[in-house]
Amino acid sequence: MVWINAIVQGILLGGLYALFAAGLSLIFGIMRLVNIAHGDFIVLAAFLGLVVTSTLNMHPLTSLIIVVPAMAVVGYLLQYLVLNRTMGDDILPPLLVTFGLSVILQNSLLEVFSADPQKLNAGNLETASLSLGSLNIGILPLLMFTVAVAVIASLQWLFYHTALGRAFRATSDNADIAQLMGLNKKHIFSMAMALSLAVVAIAGIFLGTRTSFDPASGPTRLIFGFEAVIIGGLCNLWGTLFGGIILGVAQGIGAQINPGWQQLSGHIVFLLVLAIKPNGLFPRVSH
Amino acid sequence: MLETKGLTSFYGDFQALFGIDVRVDKNEVVSLIGSNGAGKTTTMRTITGLIDCDTTMVLWNGQAIGHLRADQIAKLGIAMVPEGRQLFPSLSVEENLKIGAQNKRAGFWTLKRVYDLFPVLGERRRQGATTLSGGQQQMVAIGRALMSNPEIILFDEISLGLAPIIINQIYDALPDIIDNGLSALIVEQDISRALSIAKRCYCLSEGKITLTGSTDSISRDDVSQAYFGKI
Repeated sequence: MVWINAIVQGILLGGLYALFAAGLSLIFGIMRLVNIAHGDFIVLAAFLGLVVTSTLNMHPLTSLIIVVPAMAVVGYLLQYLVLNRTMGDDILPPLLVTFGLSVILQNSLLEVFSADPQKLNAGNLETASLSLGSLNIGILPLLMFTVAVAVIASLQWLFYHTALGRAFRATSDNADIAQLMGLNKKHIFSMAMALSLAVVAIAGIFLGTRTSFDPASGPTRLIFGFEAVIIGGLCNLWGTLFGGIILGVAQGIGAQINPGWQQLSGHIVFLLVLAIKPNGLFPRVSH
Repeated sequence: MLETKGLTSFYGDFQALFGIDVRVDKNEVVSLIGSNGAGKTTTMRTITGLIDCDTTMVLWNGQAIGHLRADQIAKLGIAMVPEGRQLFPSLSVEENLKIGAQNKRAGFWTLKRVYDLFPVLGERRRQGATTLSGGQQQMVAIGRALMSNPEIILFDEISLGLAPIIINQIYDALPDIIDNGLSALIVEQDISRALSIAKRCYCLSEGKITLTGSTDSISRDDVSQAYFGKI
């Protein structure tokens, strides 16, 4: 029973990892940009949630109404004003700039909020649970997982059934020719980053309600996100969800064996996947 | 309608075009011929804004448009069928056509009219665009350009790599397309095709125009001299 419990909790945790990873997967898929500051943006969103919940006396989930659009605007401006200048055939400049952003974000957050661990208070929701036989499933992790699936499904729908999604895929295929179709590459890239940071906002709020966070929490989230993306296969959103779940389950089982093994077992599974199937378990099949 | 004046273009230190003057009037078909590396594709890529140039080097209805981005130029009604088709592989046939209509210029061409012109595309509209044969892909590329209801289409190497029977089909469709009030600038390796479809012709060699005139008055000897220089 403890094993089944570990697996179920791992699956639910995987939803959070998929949320970490979805935005990363999205912008890599559309513009081959690896955002090293992704984890720090998750933490930024959590701090933004902290400010909103404490000043407006809001529930963390309600604060999403403000944090999601705010982060989307940050994403649009970031891409339009900064990252678009670094885009080109060479993938190194954007990598270096986002690395720099990561350092700037961590230190700015440290300056403003100090190094104290913070947490978003979700009240009763944090402890509420559902019992299924001898299994206890927390409402919050269940909610997180459901939201993750909904986010992935919406992104998938957006990609394959809307004009914006079509523009994303066309720009990803061939940005020059997409320009000839009247698509402004800079605007499309900025929309992609806005979408990525909107998902980051959701991830940040859930991170903040689930565990404590501090200005230095970002890089670990980035690694979990990366691992989920790689395990699932690049540019495949459902794959990213499965990648997150596999990572979550691996960590759950590891923790069950020995609490010290939680993160290690996740990394080991990641390395195994990388060694056996370097393209991930579900690499994107061409249309 | 579309005009280039003293168009120059550089790839780093290498100068590809040395002052190209090309003009296409309304409802006119003009062909651009020349050997490989003469600068035909560069001319087209510069007109469409994919390569930067000075503001006054490209004129559209008298307006200088050389400084505009490719997407802004597309919105003016200048479309290109690029060399090698360059369809979007992750989009289906229909999505490739729809993205052509992205800039929302209204006009004669709709999905239905493109499918009427090339019925095979209608049958395969759900298929991935790059799973089609080369000729069908060229039809998608032409349809994609038409969907933006342009005023002029630049065709780059329209028959390159296609079977003769497909080339005939595409050339049979061209008069229909142009009768709908379009102008065209056509790059074509097949000299006799280039001379028969167009009213006027420009011959490029090493980034310069070496011959220009009405296609009725140009002989094959003139063309070969313009191609290879005086022998």
